Amino acid sequence: MPESLSLHRPVLVWGLLVVATLLSALLGGHGEGAARGASVAVLVVAFVKVRFVLLDFMELGGHRGPVRIFAEVWTAGVCAALVTWYLVGVA
Amino acid sequence: MSGTRRQLPAETGLWVFIFGELTVFAILFAAHLHGLASDPALFRDSQARLSIALGTINTIILLTSSLLVVLAVRSARDGAAVRARRLLSGAIVLGVAFAVIKVAEYIDKASAGIAFEENDFFISYYTLTALHLMHVTIGLCVLAALRFRLGTGRSGPNDRTYLEAGGSFWHMVDLLWLVLFPLLYLVR
Repeated sequence: MPESLSLHRPVLVWGLLVVATLLSALLGGHGEGAARGASVAVLVVAFVKVRFVLLDFMELGGHRGPVRIFAEVWTAGVCAALVTWYLVGVA
Repeated sequence: MSGTRRQLPAETGLWVFIFGELTVFAILFAAHLHGLASDPALFRDSQARLSIALGTINTIILLTSSLLVVLAVRSARDGAAVRARRLLSGAIVLGVAFAVIKVAEYIDKASAGIAFEENDFFISYYTLTALHLMHVTIGLCVLAALRFRLGTGRSGPNDRTYLEAGGSFWHMVDLLWLVLFPLLYLVR
């Protein structure tokens, strides 16, 4: 990747994470009737943000090895476990 | 993704530590959801006493602080120590701002008569946020030490590893808040 793009990418990712945060706050702050769907969406968005931080800010995205694989499995696994735990619990 | 580096940032041991910490927090996240499932009405009423606006502001503050650390690490790698030091200073200021807002929230809750043992929601809220704030404090000390080292003008063979390790710890602090904020303030 050219150096200029490599420097711009973290800024773009930061912008994306800020927008996702604002959307989550709006989604989570409204709609009592849609609480369950909104809560699941907010949790999933949180773990998408976590993945961006791991791969871009913590620089695991350029790494090909067991730590990267573990990071991917951890993120997906914890997200799935918490969403399932939430859905089973509030159902 | 970032694609400019292929080797693992910092040392493998650091990643074992980071994922150990993250897993401990993941268990606490599950415990919080268990509490929500046990008494949804209590958790939702208690959650309504938190400020989503302050939680959102703090999230953006930590994200911005993390970005500055990313740019500082890259500047240091390029040999731009002065720029790296300034960026780390900015990250530290934002980290302190996060802590100040969090403490202000605690004071606000205390003045409203909401103590740690108020109910299960607030036990979970205070436990999780205080543990996180402890990590923020440690992270700030690490960033301050890295900034000081950059300011001495001396360089050592392990400088890059220290910077990457300290930066990764700070990103972990950010990452934890990215889950804590929706879990405590938004999920109902």
